[in-house]
Amino acid sequence: MNELAPATHTHTSAPAESYLDEHTVRSWLLTTDHKRIGVLYLISIVFYFLVAAVAVGIMRIELLHPHGTLLLNETYNKLFTLHGVLMVWFFLIPSIPSALGNFIIPIMIGARDVAFPKLNLLSWYLFMIGGGFVLYSIMIGGVDTGWTFYTPFSSTYSNTHVLTMVFGVFIAGFSSILTGLNFIITIHKMRAPGMRWFRMPLFLWSLYSTSIILVLATPVLAITLLLMAVERVWGIGIFDPRLGGDPILFQHLFWFYSHPAVYIMVLPSMGVVSELMAAFTRKEVFGYEWVAGASVAIAVVGFLVWGHHMFVSSQSIYAGMVFSILSFIVAVPSGIKVFNWTATLYQGSISFETPMIYALGFIGLFAIGGLTGLFLAALAVDVHVTDTYFVVAHFHYIMVGGAVMGFMGGLHYWWPKITGRLYPEAFGRLAAIVTFIGFNFTFFPQFVMGYLGMPRRYHNYAPEFQVYHVLSTAGASILGIGYLLPVIYLLWSLRYGKKAPANPWHATGLEWQTTSPPPKHNFDETPVVTGPPYDYTEDFEPKPSGVLHA
Amino acid sequence: MKLPFFPIAASHMAERVDRLYLGLLLISAFFLALIFLPMLYFLFKYRRGKMLSHRKLKFATWKLEVIWTLIPLFMLLCLFGWAATIYYDEERPPARTLEAFVVAKQWMWKIQHAEGNREINELHVPTGQAVKLTMTSEDVIHSFYIPAMRLKQDVVPGRYVTEWFEPTRPGTYHLFCAEFCGADHSLMGGNIVVMKPADYQAWLNAGRPVDNLAATGEHLFREFGCSGCHQNSTVVHAPRLEGVFGKPVPLQGGAITTADEQYIRDSILLPASQIAVGYSNVMPSYTGRVSEEQLIQLIAYIKSLGNQTPPEETK
Ligand code: HEM
Ligand SMILES: [Cu+2]
Repeated sequence: MNELAPATHTHTSAPAESYLDEHTVRSWLLTTDHKRIGVLYLISIVFYFLVAAVAVGIMRIELLHPHGTLLLNETYNKLFTLHGVLMVWFFLIPSIPSALGNFIIPIMIGARDVAFPKLNLLSWYLFMIGGGFVLYSIMIGGVDTGWTFYTPFSSTYSNTHVLTMVFGVFIAGFSSILTGLNFIITIHKMRAPGMRWFRMPLFLWSLYSTSIILVLATPVLAITLLLMAVERVWGIGIFDPRLGGDPILFQHLFWFYSHPAVYIMVLPSMGVVSELMAAFTRKEVFGYEWVAGASVAIAVVGFLVWGHHMFVSSQSIYAGMVFSILSFIVAVPSGIKVFNWTATLYQGSISFETPMIYALGFIGLFAIGGLTGLFLAALAVDVHVTDTYFVVAHFHYIMVGGAVMGFMGGLHYWWPKITGRLYPEAFGRLAAIVTFIGFNFTFFPQFVMGYLGMPRRYHNYAPEFQVYHVLSTAGASILGIGYLLPVIYLLWSLRYGKKAPANPWHATGLEWQTTSPPPKHNFDETPVVTGPPYDYTEDFEPKPSGVLHA
Repeated sequence: MKLPFFPIAASHMAERVDRLYLGLLLISAFFLALIFLPMLYFLFKYRRGKMLSHRKLKFATWKLEVIWTLIPLFMLLCLFGWAATIYYDEERPPARTLEAFVVAKQWMWKIQHAEGNREINELHVPTGQAVKLTMTSEDVIHSFYIPAMRLKQDVVPGRYVTEWFEPTRPGTYHLFCAEFCGADHSLMGGNIVVMKPADYQAWLNAGRPVDNLAATGEHLFREFGCSGCHQNSTVVHAPRLEGVFGKPVPLQGGAITTADEQYIRDSILLPASQIAVGYSNVMPSYTGRVSEEQLIQLIAYIKSLGNQTPPEETK
């Protein structure tokens, strides 16, 4: 008997009305149901992801040749800016928290909705308006500053539509803040009876930590962008050295947000992976409290390392050393998580369903991304590789290898819950494996190329780097297939997929106690939690792999 | 096509950085093995379908956690020490160096040697001697990057930044701009030409102008009228500049600063911002009238006065 089961387990005979039952456009656009808002986010971020992916696809083709002639230099610069801005603010940051988190958090804690449903809808609208401004700035000509908007280039020298795009990011920032606030209060106030802090699934711990960063760091981004806009419009000497301003100040402010932001991207993935490791080994996550604590530690220490993006910016060497040592220290909690996941496998009953393959892929790529982070934290090596393809490879291993693999794992894991349908398992596994191979093929050569000295954001380059660029572009086409496959078979499953049972994975967690897709108010009766989150011990009966086909 | 894995190392520092890089690779390999060998073994051994009894673990979790927290932490701190030592040496030029000055602008590198030779997008240097570059930018942030020396330094408008290296191998190496700086960022490069000392001397003599930087600066000092106040003036009370360079300067308000390149630059462009004790704010600003190159020449001149003692002040 599963201890997580709701105290009163009454499945009435009439099937409850699912949250998907209403079909009008109005019912979607004016909904305050966290599940529907999660789905709206899901559709939007996939859209932005595809736009950003097309941008980078064109760039990778251009880079096949050292003097590629497909694009003008300015077009190339606009494409990488678009790619960066959309991927960071309109895909990575909202991906797991706003899409999957919105859907799952209230159900996981046994609540009927988030604390402020209307605010939740508002944050989606802000997100879409922000994205609208970004797309508009592309249509009227684009922006060439890179996603980091470094001054004085962005504030004084760029002749492109910086203000429009920055305004879009600024608005999207408010969406982040509202979502973060909503989650913090939801997790504090709305947990089901009996769900003490240390009975929360690890996904909630990681989203809680993420939300703290969202709320504390995003305002700094908003202020920074505002100052930059003010300088651009009125020429006030904040960042402009000709007026006594300091261009490095912008970098401090920007990274004070943006380094924590990289944890906004990866912490949620770590949470997903913890869920998946438990579900597919049928064990509790090894060292549960340590994994939960590591999330909080990463969120806290992550605020103290922003200066490692500025080792060669002319900040003082002592500042460099302080930021370096803190960066080494922040690697420790990430390491703890990886060791704990490995230990979770010990004596498990491991099955290799699609989400699990994504989770294992996550661990592999995240480990490489994290270890190369040490190279960047190591001052003398960073001096050589910063602003080269080494950095590009590093943050893609973390953000694409880590965050996106986690997102895909979570998406597949909760897909039956969200849509009520099962996807074809064989295709799922294939996509996960193709993604993993394509990913390494794309980004591993970039480490080598970076150490050789290939600077980033280069449209033309010295011929000796070509062989690595060719490898990378070849890998990117495989990776592209890896991402397109799920788009196809997941859409297919909406119509033709088998109907999903309430708990297709035989997993613990309140979200699996309700029907798939869940009814409007999630639970007929408030569930009561009486035990720890991953209690697979008593219910332990090894099931053959591929249980879905049975 | 070749598949090189390592860039050429053309300075002592490059070899030290490479050793650290190899050390990091080894440590990474160690951790990867530590994680993935057990993982692969577990994935195989405990795959579903094999009937294994599911037991609670017997050892104390926290002991393992403490071990795998503290050992990596210790290793990381050692790595920090190693990397920081090299960085410290990279950032502190030795006492005796050749000097050159670099002005970056969209999209070229303008270089002046202390001897007076000028180059664009090329820098000639001899082996066996430390070269110190003092750099600034006329517009946006650029970054002066020589992969063969494993060196990179952002060049920030409004600031003087320095970089130094000691080339060990004659040859021609890439110079890149590594900080995104606009449309032709990827074309903003050039060559570092490292020559044997004798060849370098020959190169230097072949192109040497009549005046070195300091002498050019001295002309400017008169042209701009600086000398009117700072030399022989009986009307205006302005500090003499002999012996000033590198010395502490007490400022109004109690602060003390050092008369380095940055201080002199700021004094010329924004004289009102730092006023030395005992003087009043009468100097006009030269913002807009003097170019980055001329500033460098003026500074070179004031620097060349550095070892002289000021003549007795006539109040
Ligand atoms: C855990 C998730 C992580 C994410 C999402 C992440 C992401 C990023 C990103 C986006 C950049 C590139 C900034 C740019 O545009 O130049 C970057 C750079 C850097 N990362 Fe990470 N990183 C992570 C982990 C780490 C770790 C664990 C370390 C160190 C132990 C680290 C050290 C660095 C350093 C030092 C840089 C600066 C590189 C440079 O610009 O020179 N990162 N990271
Ligand atoms: Cu440049």
